[in-house]
Amino acid sequence: MDFYNIIFFLFALITIVSAFIVVTSRNIIYSGFSLLFTFFGVAGIYVLLGSDFIAVVQIMVYVGGILILILFGVMLTNKIVDVEIRTGASHMLPAAIGVGILFGALTAVMVFTGWKSEPGLVPQTTTVDIGKLLITDYVLIFELLAMLLLVALIGAATIARREKE
Amino acid sequence: MLTDFGKILIFIILAIVFVIITLLISKLIRPNRPTFEKQKVYECGENPEGSPWVKFNIRFYVVALIFIIFDVEVVLLFPWALIYKEYGIYGFAVGLIFLLILGLGMAYEWRKGDLEWARPQPKPPKLSDILNRNSETLNSN
Repeated sequence: MDFYNIIFFLFALITIVSAFIVVTSRNIIYSGFSLLFTFFGVAGIYVLLGSDFIAVVQIMVYVGGILILILFGVMLTNKIVDVEIRTGASHMLPAAIGVGILFGALTAVMVFTGWKSEPGLVPQTTTVDIGKLLITDYVLIFELLAMLLLVALIGAATIARREKE
Repeated sequence: MLTDFGKILIFIILAIVFVIITLLISKLIRPNRPTFEKQKVYECGENPEGSPWVKFNIRFYVVALIFIIFDVEVVLLFPWALIYKEYGIYGFAVGLIFLLILGLGMAYEWRKGDLEWARPQPKPPKLSDILNRNSETLNSN
């Protein structure tokens, strides 16, 4: 078991344990803060996969942005402590079948995929290449992204604006 | 062989270890005499009142929404900022147009007053109201 495996299992453990707390905690503030560690663990796994830009996006957007939004959303809710986790509609058998099929499918994909393994390959940084493509081939998409963000900005502000009396 | 993210990992581990060691040392050397007053929640010296789980103003949420949009903008500017110098004025113009389009949204929100903090409007008493009320009471008497 080499060094990278240890780091991978560390991040995987962080992700799974914190995700478990997100689902099972009865205080949704605790759930929100556990989600921070879930996002962080996923970012670590992205780094280990060699996709550095995605990892930075994960940290910046999810840990830095979405989580703040979720916490503000939590603070706007009525009931924060002692939330009932089980809802009224709880069907154990269909859920078990669905989860079983999903688990089987994921395991089958994991077992039967021919994983490429190149030992000793140091992942190169991808951000520079993404930047080159954004400026040359996909420059229109880059500017369209700005338009998309503009639409989202105006839309968010319009929906969230307090009505004038 | 240490990649850049390996250095970041070392920084993270050092930060965690630093906090743990500091707390352990202070735990070891500090006197421990808790009283009721000391164990109360610290709220700027006041006695805490009511539950801390209160509803926040919706304005915080709007600010967070606007923040996320500009957060995504910063993320998209990362790869551009690394490379635009190699393309000279063209690369600069690409980023400038990107920023100008989003600046338009910023200007829109500024103009529409979404960045203004909604303050409670105090109603100062008017002299005419007081006089009217007094004259009414005089009339009723």
